[in-house]
Amino acid sequence: MKTALHEVHTGLGASFTDFAGWSMPVRYSSELAEHRAVREAAGLFDLSHMGEIEVSGPQAADALDYAFVGKLSAVKPGRARYTMLCDETGGVLDDLVIYRLAEDRYLVVANAGNVAVVAAELDARARDFDARVDDRSADTALIAVQGPASAAIVGKLADADLSELKYYASIPAVVGGHDVLLARTGYTGEDGFELYVPNEHAAAVWRVLTEAGEPHGLLPAGLACRDTLRLEAGMPLYGNELSTELTPFHAGLGRVVKFDKPGDFVGRAALDTRREPDRVLVGLTGSGRRAPRHGYRLLADGEDVGEITSGALSPTLGHPIALAYVRPEFAEPGTALSADVRGRPEPVKVVSLPFYQRS
Amino acid sequence: MSTPEELRYTEDHEWVAAGEGETVRVGITEYAQDQLGDVVFVDLPEVGRQVDAGDAFGEVESTKSVSELFAPLDGEVVAVNNAVSESPELINSDPYGEGWLIELRVDDASSLDSLLDADAYQRVTGS
Repeated sequence: MKTALHEVHTGLGASFTDFAGWSMPVRYSSELAEHRAVREAAGLFDLSHMGEIEVSGPQAADALDYAFVGKLSAVKPGRARYTMLCDETGGVLDDLVIYRLAEDRYLVVANAGNVAVVAAELDARARDFDARVDDRSADTALIAVQGPASAAIVGKLADADLSELKYYASIPAVVGGHDVLLARTGYTGEDGFELYVPNEHAAAVWRVLTEAGEPHGLLPAGLACRDTLRLEAGMPLYGNELSTELTPFHAGLGRVVKFDKPGDFVGRAALDTRREPDRVLVGLTGSGRRAPRHGYRLLADGEDVGEITSGALSPTLGHPIALAYVRPEFAEPGTALSADVRGRPEPVKVVSLPFYQRS
Repeated sequence: MSTPEELRYTEDHEWVAAGEGETVRVGITEYAQDQLGDVVFVDLPEVGRQVDAGDAFGEVESTKSVSELFAPLDGEVVAVNNAVSESPELINSDPYGEGWLIELRVDDASSLDSLLDADAYQRVTGS
């Protein structure tokens, strides 16, 4: 599948990669330059492969409180919340951001690879509520502007006062003459915005953002740098750090499970018995240049104690960083372990997350 | 994507340049560096190491992936490019020039003819 911006990317000379059946830009010129642009100026991303599912109606809030582990009824209109969709065993089906657009209307934004599962589960889980579920993914483009210069860039174009738009909030806005849902969210560890745009206006919105961003050093940015940016920020990636085999507690995200909300929710009973995980997610740093990568084993005194889920040479920090699942007794920051990097042991150390935090 | 006519190639996306006598120079192709993305680390062998064609002699890593390097021919490593260890980005910016990796003294100079020519390599990459 191709996004509404595919021709724009081709014109920019992008290299493409397949992601969950979508042909997405992996880089335009250099992923290191794109990574640096997001840390120091701004990057422009096409994230239209992600899914947008609207849930509306008098019982939309109740339906979401039942469907997700979070308490979506407590989110104020105009605000957003990071949450998870779990199955009956407590396994994670997706991690996602939900925007409350109005008292009776929410926008659920699903990972590209999980859109079909999330849409089907929402259909089923909302059935007994007075709420409707509309999958808008096919008609909706998503453009992100991320980086310290993003507020200056978006501020030039939007009719909204961005100083009033808090982190994890959204407002309907006009950007470059087009109606968008303007959200202050992202997946890079920087300040940034995500613009939900009807497909037919995606190219025009991309163009005005490019023009407004040019004097600020904005670069179009692909999925390669998106991955190293989120890794530095210590954010999990579904498929690497999250799966149906794991609960939110494994990932150190038990706080998203709201046992104190009234009523049942899918996965509640199982999650209540799975609060003490047998392995936990940790951050690791290395000292050389050889990065541990997804699937590599972790050893302590020759004994297998865990597995790397994501790893790279951090472009910002200049040394290897990785996320890994380890047995709880090896999760203490400062613990020295060894990663089996293609047959050669590389020393790594457990550190607290995130690896990188904006100043 | 450039594929210089005067070089020989392998299906593992390496190029081999005939040098003086039995010495050949080895690097990765422009296609290979484009597939890898920005190279951030290169692991090269010690000078003096004996390799057989197909042996892994090192690694190139980008932020996204890692590729093993395979000896294109039988021979002895007689030089390594320390400049790319210091500045791996040379492999992206000049894969056929400053981004070369090693020099081999091959056991049999005529073995170069067993490698792909530019046309055959372009068929491998589909370009």
